[in-house]
Amino acid sequence: MATIDLPVIHAKAADAFTKNDARAHWHDQALWFIRVKRDRLVHALPEWETLRERASAIKQHMISRLADYLEQFEREATRHGAIVHWAADAAEHNQIMLGILQRHQVKRVAKSKSMLTEECHLNPFLERHGIEVVDTDLGEWIVQLRGETPSHIVLPAIHIKKEEVGELFHEKLGTRAGATDPNYLAGAARDRLRDVFLDCQAGITGVNFAIAETGGFVVCTNEGNADLGASLPKVHIACMGLEKLIPRAADLGVFLRLLGRSATGQPITAYSSHFHGPMPGGELHIILVDNGRSQILGSEDYRRSLHCIRCGACMNTCPVYRRSGGHSYGATVPGPIGSILNPARDPGKYSTLPYACSLCASCTDVCPVKINLHEQLLTWRRDIAARGYLSWSKRVAMKWGSYVLNRPKLYAMAGRVGRTTLRWLPRFLVYGPWNAWGKQRDLPPPPKRSFRDEFRRRKTR
Amino acid sequence: MSSKAEILSRIRRHTLEPSPLPALDGEWIAFADRQAQFTQVVTGVGGQVRVRDPRQSLSELLLALPCMENAAQVVCTLPDVRLGNASLDDFPTPQSLAAVDVAILPGEFAVAENGAVWVTDRGLRHRAIYFITQHLVLVVPRGEIIDQMHQAYDRLRFDRPGYGLFISGPSKTADIEQSLVIGAHGPRSLTVVLE
Ligand code: SF4
Repeated sequence: MATIDLPVIHAKAADAFTKNDARAHWHDQALWFIRVKRDRLVHALPEWETLRERASAIKQHMISRLADYLEQFEREATRHGAIVHWAADAAEHNQIMLGILQRHQVKRVAKSKSMLTEECHLNPFLERHGIEVVDTDLGEWIVQLRGETPSHIVLPAIHIKKEEVGELFHEKLGTRAGATDPNYLAGAARDRLRDVFLDCQAGITGVNFAIAETGGFVVCTNEGNADLGASLPKVHIACMGLEKLIPRAADLGVFLRLLGRSATGQPITAYSSHFHGPMPGGELHIILVDNGRSQILGSEDYRRSLHCIRCGACMNTCPVYRRSGGHSYGATVPGPIGSILNPARDPGKYSTLPYACSLCASCTDVCPVKINLHEQLLTWRRDIAARGYLSWSKRVAMKWGSYVLNRPKLYAMAGRVGRTTLRWLPRFLVYGPWNAWGKQRDLPPPPKRSFRDEFRRRKTR
Repeated sequence: MSSKAEILSRIRRHTLEPSPLPALDGEWIAFADRQAQFTQVVTGVGGQVRVRDPRQSLSELLLALPCMENAAQVVCTLPDVRLGNASLDDFPTPQSLAAVDVAILPGEFAVAENGAVWVTDRGLRHRAIYFITQHLVLVVPRGEIIDQMHQAYDRLRFDRPGYGLFISGPSKTADIEQSLVIGAHGPRSLTVVLE
């Protein structure tokens, strides 16, 4: 994987996406539609804010005693007959997975949605070892067939049009040429993936919540793919980040009420499955993965990002995400929460992500576990500068900015110059390549008077 | 050092301020008519609700369901209903359930706020039946509709190995341009019968 360490330049990547204006607009609308659906359900629930507060407090408590809860979880899960593994990083997670699959001579495995396995780049790893991995969530399967990665954590194929799915399925599954009816296309996928479910030797699932008190875990889906993969073959492997833990089963009352409503504007997902131990005659493995999480836990500023339940609401509402597309973040988790988690893992690679933000705070408003997303994004900007990862152009602009802002006379003069010249300068001189801000938008018409003039005038009146 | 020890020590290196675990009681939503609320939500998520009329027998109601028309293979695990032409125990492997058209199974209780029904694998030979059948029918006692999820977890216990889940509506996907398609990988229809 040679590309892994190239820094992600969000604005550049977003450029490619916004070139097709109609498509960018369509993407924006598709996500806004989900945000509106969410709002409708949220407003119908009088206790919404209470639920958010409880969820936040539960997660905060859990993080404060994470090690104890992890040990309790392992004890209880083992008591039910599950086998618990610990992986310090992505490489170890993949090795453990490979070991289990090889022991069972698995040739083909059905995988349901798991952002953790994306984060660990599990698919290419297993394929290199001759194991076929089939992503069975329809959206994930579509991106897998296209040789892409998901662009959204809940809606992996939100960037793809039905015409493109039609073409893809025509080529790969032999569906009718030119077909675009979602019912027909999803039906074809259902038939093909049924065969996979019936003829695979193991199932991999993610985990939405793991319960320390009972040693069980919950997986939420709408398609039923996780449960087919975990009920047909004898071997079920569930992978989870450490932060998926909650203390008590009863906490699910809070979290399941928040998750579906926040994610897709549904009162609950179609299936919320509670696994305690393997099925009779089967084998259940649970892989607990750190991969940088314990490091985030040590940071006062970013610790709360570990509360995330991966609902995707912050993406659906983010004006930058909606208009730039998930792939422009160059990471498994995009959007506001991704712009916090990814720099924590690799600040050099992801230093531009905290700037892909207008600080509108809409993400913080919708987050079901009350993560102070926009504040953390602002803190990241300070950190990026302090750690010396700021790009040259931003550094120079900042230097000049602070030079001018520290000199009131100079500031007043610069304002005067700006107000007059902007009025008569030809457009190509104002909106040249040096004006990154003005690429997709116009400057407001310059006011006749500065704020200070206006203030003085009103006071004397 | 094992990875387990290493991870735990990485976490324990940071001593965090203790933060209390909140209680879970509250002024949670309650409905004047739980059955009406439940029916409305299930219908909204693409399922159907049927209420048995006291003059009708459960078998009569079930036989008249649209999904039973042309159903070649029907599995029914209700203790006192003689319906269906196959018992779950006749199927040696979960894969052999692939041809089942309709499965009629009991649901323990229903949740008004989100249209979910709680089911488990207790006494079930193959838990895959909930997902592999083409059509699913869940029969729930009419008196077992609760308001919201907090009440659900008040009554659930997980002290033994087992599998249980909330089912709300048929399987569905909106992964192709956000168009709702009913019948993704699991059942193409869900009917909840209130007994
Ligand atoms: S940060 Fe909050 S809103 Fe964003 S995905 Fe996580 S839980 Fe959802």
